[in-house]
Amino acid sequence: MSYKIEIQSLSAWFGSKQVLQDITMKIKQNVVTAIIGPSGCGKTTLIRCLNRMHELTPRAKVTGRVLLDGEDIYGENVDPVTVRRRIGMVFQKPNPFPMMSIYDNAAAGLKLNGIADKHRLDEIVEESLRAAHLWDEVRLELGKSGASLSGGQQQRLCIARALAIEPEVILMDEPTSALDPTAAAKIEQLIRVLAEDYTVIIVTHNMQQAARVSDFTAFLYLGRLVEYGSTKDIFENPKSELTEKYITGEFG
Amino acid sequence: MRSYRFRKLENRIMISLAYVALVIALIPLASILIETISNGLSAMSFSLFFEEIPPLGQSGGGIGPAIQGTLIVVALASIMGVPIGVFSGIYLAEFRQSRIASVARFLNDVLTNVPSIVLGIFGWVLVVVAIGWSVIAGAVALAIMMIPIVTRTTEEAIKLVPVNIREAAIALGVPRWKTTLTVVLSSAKKGIATGILLAVARISGETAPLLLTILGSRFWFSGFTQPTAALPLTIFNFSQSPFRTVDLPRAWGASLILIFIVLAINIIVRYATREKYG
Repeated sequence: MSYKIEIQSLSAWFGSKQVLQDITMKIKQNVVTAIIGPSGCGKTTLIRCLNRMHELTPRAKVTGRVLLDGEDIYGENVDPVTVRRRIGMVFQKPNPFPMMSIYDNAAAGLKLNGIADKHRLDEIVEESLRAAHLWDEVRLELGKSGASLSGGQQQRLCIARALAIEPEVILMDEPTSALDPTAAAKIEQLIRVLAEDYTVIIVTHNMQQAARVSDFTAFLYLGRLVEYGSTKDIFENPKSELTEKYITGEFG
Repeated sequence: MRSYRFRKLENRIMISLAYVALVIALIPLASILIETISNGLSAMSFSLFFEEIPPLGQSGGGIGPAIQGTLIVVALASIMGVPIGVFSGIYLAEFRQSRIASVARFLNDVLTNVPSIVLGIFGWVLVVVAIGWSVIAGAVALAIMMIPIVTRTTEEAIKLVPVNIREAAIALGVPRWKTTLTVVLSSAKKGIATGILLAVARISGETAPLLLTILGSRFWFSGFTQPTAALPLTIFNFSQSPFRTVDLPRAWGASLILIFIVLAINIIVRYATREKYG
């Protein structure tokens, strides 16, 4: 198995506050990697560094390298916009575009990037809604507002929207934390299926979720990568005492 | 502790006071509307809309050129003022921390409070001295009045667009400028439209800047570099006329039409920018 993403000595700041300290890790292709850790440990910042969203925050700073297929996404001639088309993102709170229909939400990435061919759009919209396990629920009401769906459906719509631009990597920032357990379970199933075609990196504060959906797990604490390995090892046989304490619920 | 009955009484008194205040506030509004409608309606006639303006004291004729002039001047002012205002507002919202933005925001607020007669003099110096009393001069003066209002409301409307909507587009690989011009603007369009409406309503009734720029006329529009008539000027002239029986009804008629124009613009813009999914 080859490495899709290599993070090399990545550090990140908000103003003068350092939130990530010298993170180095390699992420494999077509697997689900979970990032766990207590609130404020830098999980979200870490994945926001992977699609160059972190730098959009005023006074935010990043150093280090992130290689996508061996090429540094922070390289001098790299346009962050192209990086974001290859590395899609799903946010914590479902955020479909409220002024757009379900169809337009799924097609948003393509339309906003200038694809107008109706036939092709129809195809991709159906494909991505199917891939997000939403098609059967919405196929008869594609013209309705994206905001009219339930929370879980909205989140799957956001996944479909991310899939429609055919990314290689999908970042998920606590994608189920705003959802009820049934809706969360559907998303978890979906994540497993997505891993067949995509490299998935998921941030979660829910350890059971990490254990259920991921192949590899990274434990972050106070901006440092404490331990990283196969999910099985992390949960059954952690090397670090800190990791053990966290997964057994001694702190969090 | 005070008794329940006492608090109930206190509550009643406060609510009654609020009602009284509301009624007092509504009296002038209602009386203006009633007065304008009752006096204005009796002045309505076909010729009022479609005939040129007669000299003071002369019966017959209408105020057609004033309606036409107001529509043209306000439209031209909007064509000049709205894009500048909207784009300035976008700049202030998108680059809110930059030094230029804070200076521009301050100057914009100052401009909002400049008395309109001063803008009239400005339009006079800028345009009238060069090409004479004209539609263009009036539109420039009114556009300058619109810009700060539109800028401010656009900025506020864009700031209200949730960050997560913006991030959703950015994460899809949409460039920032495109995100702003599509997703952000369309989320903010209702607020922006309200700002434009406020500005249009405000300039439609302005008299002072027009006195110094379009001068007024009794005849139909004859070119952008020529003087023209406008409803506020016509209302002013007729209401000051010594021939009250002939001219006062025309002033009322013109007032009613002006109110209706503002109302119509309001409804049209609200309809055009309505939320698809309420």
